[in-house]
Order: sequence, then structure tokens, then C-alpha cells
Amino acid sequence: MNDLLAALRKDLLLQWRGRAQLIAIFAFGAAALLLFSFAIGPDSQSLRQHAAGFLWLGLLLASTLSLAESFEREMEEQALEGLLLLPASARALYYGKAIANWGHLTLLGVALVPVMVVLYDAGTLRLLSLFCVILLGTAGLSAPGTLYAAMTSQTRGRQTLLPLLLFPLVVPVLLAAVKATSLLILGDPMGQFRPWISLLVVFAVLHWSLGGLLFGRVVED
Amino acid sequence: MPRSSARPVALIALGVAFLFAGSFWGLAKAPAELFMGDVQRIMYVHVPTAWNAMLALSFSFVCAVSYLLTNKWKWDSRLEAGMEMGVVLSLLLCMQGAIWAKPTWGVWWDWDPRLTTTAVMVFAFGGILALRAFVDDPERRAVWSSVACILAFVDVPIVYFSVKWWNSLHQAQSTPQTVSSAFHWPLRINAFGILFLWTGLVALRTRVAAARLRSELAPPLPPPGATASASGGAL
Amino acid sequence: MIAVAAGGLCRRYGRRWALIEVTFDLFEGSLAMVTGRNGSGKSTLLRVLATAIRADQGSLEIFGHDARAERDAVREQTALLGHRTHLYEPLTALENLAVAARFVGGDRRRAALLARLEEVGLGDRGDDLVQTFSAGMRQRLALARVLQQRPRLVLLDEPYGHLDPPGFLLVDRFLQRLRQEGATVLMATHLVQRGRDICDRGLVLEAGRLVYAGPVGEMPAPLAADATPFAEGA
Repeated sequence: MNDLLAALRKDLLLQWRGRAQLIAIFAFGAAALLLFSFAIGPDSQSLRQHAAGFLWLGLLLASTLSLAESFEREMEEQALEGLLLLPASARALYYGKAIANWGHLTLLGVALVPVMVVLYDAGTLRLLSLFCVILLGTAGLSAPGTLYAAMTSQTRGRQTLLPLLLFPLVVPVLLAAVKATSLLILGDPMGQFRPWISLLVVFAVLHWSLGGLLFGRVVED
Repeated sequence: MPRSSARPVALIALGVAFLFAGSFWGLAKAPAELFMGDVQRIMYVHVPTAWNAMLALSFSFVCAVSYLLTNKWKWDSRLEAGMEMGVVLSLLLCMQGAIWAKPTWGVWWDWDPRLTTTAVMVFAFGGILALRAFVDDPERRAVWSSVACILAFVDVPIVYFSVKWWNSLHQAQSTPQTVSSAFHWPLRINAFGILFLWTGLVALRTRVAAARLRSELAPPLPPPGATASASGGAL
Repeated sequence: MIAVAAGGLCRRYGRRWALIEVTFDLFEGSLAMVTGRNGSGKSTLLRVLATAIRADQGSLEIFGHDARAERDAVREQTALLGHRTHLYEPLTALENLAVAARFVGGDRRRAALLARLEEVGLGDRGDDLVQTFSAGMRQRLALARVLQQRPRLVLLDEPYGHLDPPGFLLVDRFLQRLRQEGATVLMATHLVQRGRDICDRGLVLEAGRLVYAGPVGEMPAPLAADATPFAEGA
């Protein structure tokens, strides 16, 4: 759809302009990973054991910053409304934003992997599979996250509301992504990787569909 | 203006009565379970609470969908009441689970999939109630909480399965939700007791929500022609 | 043809009715102004006509399309210059125009967009970020963005707002051009005298109600709170 490409172009351009933010958010994520290791202690054995969990927790926390930021620019001068009035399809605007956010989060995830490798001595040779997990996990975060960010960017207390609404919803993503990543790092003798990936796919498909359906109601009067 | 509270209050009274009857039967009269002893008796409250929590949340989901389809305010008031009740019942469920787990497993929380899903739901729907508190415009509040409710409810089975898989790799235990047939009656009585109780409470709470809405929205306009205004005509 | 057919429009914000039973017709090609005190409902009326918000009651047809059932059709032919500029601060002026142009299928080439900026006096600021613009410059850019849509119905909310005297003349020129092109314009403004000189029709709102709709010559002057006529700016 023409509208979708136009929306995607707009969102990628906005992200490119705000790329300094990406670096700051990455720093935040890396700092979080560092704090986790301080909280656990220098026991390299248990750090390695829980590395996947730390990675995804750090990514989840950083995602709230990234998602909230994605709608700042839309709301400060009501630019989103301006597009809707052109008219632009609300669905296209949603998917454009969600895809751009997905890319943003994937970049963050990939950037945090070396931090994880270094801090927790937790790496894997199955890099393609790891990239797959990151891709699917961030897809699951981006779809509902974009929808909720659109809502909360128009309310008071937006900084607390977005994580409050998003975190319980994405529990399955956290569980599945952490498990899948863990299996890649620590080994997967019983071949449990596939089911977790399937769960991530199901979650992503469900929420990308729902988001597209409901976004119009959320942003229109 | 307020309709008579007779029916909801009657429901509540009926509910309490049923609860008393069912609990008395389950706690005092029914024989203790073979392996777990008296602790098992919490099932007479726990299982009915579980059924009703799910019912309350399902009711909220129906209200959310109805509001989005019809845009009628009554569904928003019911949604508010239903979600609150769902959160309360789920919270009770978690507390009951903890009370049962401590003497049985020695820990307050045993990551049982059903209970863990319930805990996640407490946060999910509690978050939506928080959202409602932060949005002043009644229409936006109604639309947004309906959307959030749909997302949260649809998520329930996924959360359940993911926790189940996640937990199954670690422990093989499960909360004994099976109750042998001799014990079914107290269970059913309590289930209906809680059902009547929460239905009556939700009915009352809906009225409170509707009254608040009335105060937030402008009163309906006087019929046209009440004041002279020079409207009309082509420009 | 009738451009706007409004019947009994009502709209509330919380406890207050911002529009009450507003009924009027606007013929295609006319240049109309709507005036009234602050809070009288001018902006709300324009936003309802633009389908940015829905009326709680009443009917609205724009060029024969029902505003509720055929909202996209209405939006295709309508453009709103509102209180918020609808601009992206981190993007340049040219990029803002390009973003809008992509959605409406307009000419996106740099030359064409630059020409639009020239028209509003921003020809040399095309590659500057909007966040460096003054309020007046933002308004000019917003105006360019609106005109780019080639709308049949143009809704302007205080177009003279932040502009300097050359900017006033700019708006006047655009209004004339729109009239020549056969577009319909509804403009909310406090500058009653200026509006009278340019427009042919007038609407007066008071506390959400339409108290006058007709030729601009016979339009009553809006009164200040103490019932003395306004003095107005340039």
C-alpha cells in the first residue's frame, strides 16, 4: 500500500534524525546489564546461567524508552492528526511505526549481545538462530508497545503507564525469548528450541493483527 | 433517579447465604482429604473463586467489545465494574494460593501455571484501571480501556501456556485441583455463592460508575427552539 | 452546489457544550469568515468540519458526503490549518512537505516543493529543521502544507495568527487565489475588519450558538464582555 510505504519512510527518517537517542538508549541498556551483574555478584557460573534473562530484561526496560520516544514527535504538534486528515490510513500509520520500532529494538538487541558476551561470558556460535530470536522477540514487543505508546503519549503519567500496561502483556515474549536464548548459550540437548520459537511467532502474529485493527480507534476521535 | 437497589442487594444477600452454607459444609462437615488433611479444604473456596475470577474477566471482555461496537456508555460503566471485580477476585485467588502453598510446599509461591497466570492478570488489568485514572476525557477513557482489556484478555491463554511450558521443565508438581465427587456439592454451592455476590456487587458498582459519568458529561441539551438563535439559511 | 450542509451540530467537551445546534449552509466558491469571542466555539466548529473530531449530535455533509459515513471522502477534499501546525519538528521544511505529498499523491520532486516554499516566503529555508523556525515561519509552512493538498474546502483557524504585516498580505493573496480557483473557504479570525474586506459571508458564534449567518456586510460586530465593540489589530 502506498500509505504504508509513505508512513514507513517517514518513521525511518524520524529515527535517523533521532539517532543520538538510539545511542543513549543503548547506553542505558548496557548500564542495566552491568547493574544486573553487580546485583548477582561475580560468580561467573551463575552469571552465565542467567545471561539470557539479563539481556532480555535490559532490552525490555530500554524498549519503553524507545517506544515512548517514537510518539513524542507525533504528538508535540499533532503531526499524527495532520496525517490522518490528509487522509492517511490509520492502519498504515500503525504498521509503519510498528515496523520502524521493530527495527530500532532489533538494533538495540543486537548491540547488547556483545555486552552480554563480555559481562557474562555468555556467547553462542549459533548466531543466526540468536538473531532470529531477537527478531521475533522484538516483534512481540513492538506491536503492542506501539499501540500503548500511542495511547500513553497523550495522557498524564505517561512514563509510568507505558511499562505498567506493556510488561504484563509481554510476559510470554519474555519467557519464550529468555528460554530460547538460554538454550542457545547453554546448549539444547533435548531440542526444545523450536516450541519456544513457535510461541514467539504466534504471539507476534496475534498482536500485529490486533494492533492494526485497534489502532484507528485509539488515535481517532 | 437511582433505581431501587433491591435486586442487587438481594443478590448479595443470597450470595453470602450460599457462601456460608457451602463453606460450612466444606469446612466442618465434609471429611478431610486423605493425603493433605485439612489444608485441602481451601479448595472449597479456591476453586469457586477461580471460576468466578475467570467469569468476571470474561464479562469485562464482552463489555469491552460491546462498547467498541455500540459506543453506548452503559458498557463502559459495566467494564469498569467488571474489571475491578476481576482484579479483586484474582488477587484473592493469589492469596488463597499462597495460603495453600506455604504449609504444603514450604514456600509462599510455587509458580503453578494457573496461579502465575492469575498474578500476571492482576497486573495487566490493574494497569488498565490505572490507565482509567489518568485519562480525563470520558470517551477516550472508554475507548482506550476497552482496547487494553481486549488485548489483555486475548493474552490470557498465551500467558498460561508459556508459563506452563516454562514451569514444566523444573517441577512436576501441580496444585491438586481435583476434588473427588463426594465433595462436589459444597464446591458448587460456594461457586454460586460467589457468583451471586460478585454479580450483585458489580451491578451496584456499575451504577456508581454511571453516576460519575453523568457528572462528567454535560447534561443533554434542551430541545431545539428553547432559545431563539438566528441559525439557518444559506450563506 | 452546497459545499457544507451543517444541521444541528452539537459537541461537548466534558461538562461544557462547545457547539449547540449549529445549522448553516455554505455554497461552493464562497469565502466565509466565522468570528466570536474566545471560547465561543470557532475552533471546535472548524475541527468538526475537518472531521478531526466528531459532532455528538447533528448532521454534516461536505460536498454531499456524510461526514460520519464517508469520512475519508470528506478528508480528501478538505484541509485544515489548525492551532497546532501538524509539523514534524526534527524534519526540514522540505521533508515535511514531502511527507504530506506522499500521502496525497502530489508532486514530490524537490523543485516542486521548493516552489511551494517560495510562495510562502520560505524559499531559502527549505533545508532547515522546523525546530529552528519561529512561530510565524511555522505558520507559513503549515499554510504551504495545506495548500499543497489542493483542497476544495479550506478551513483556516486564525491564519493571521503569528504573522507579520507581510504575512498578512500573503494570506490575503492566498485567499484571493483560492477564490479564483473556485475553492470554498471558511476562516476563523478575530480580525473582523480585515475579514469583512475579503470575505463575502459571515458567521458569528456566541457561547457555542450561531447567532448570525449571512452576508458579511450585515454581520453584527462581536462585543467584548462589557458590551463595547472590539478594537482590533492591524
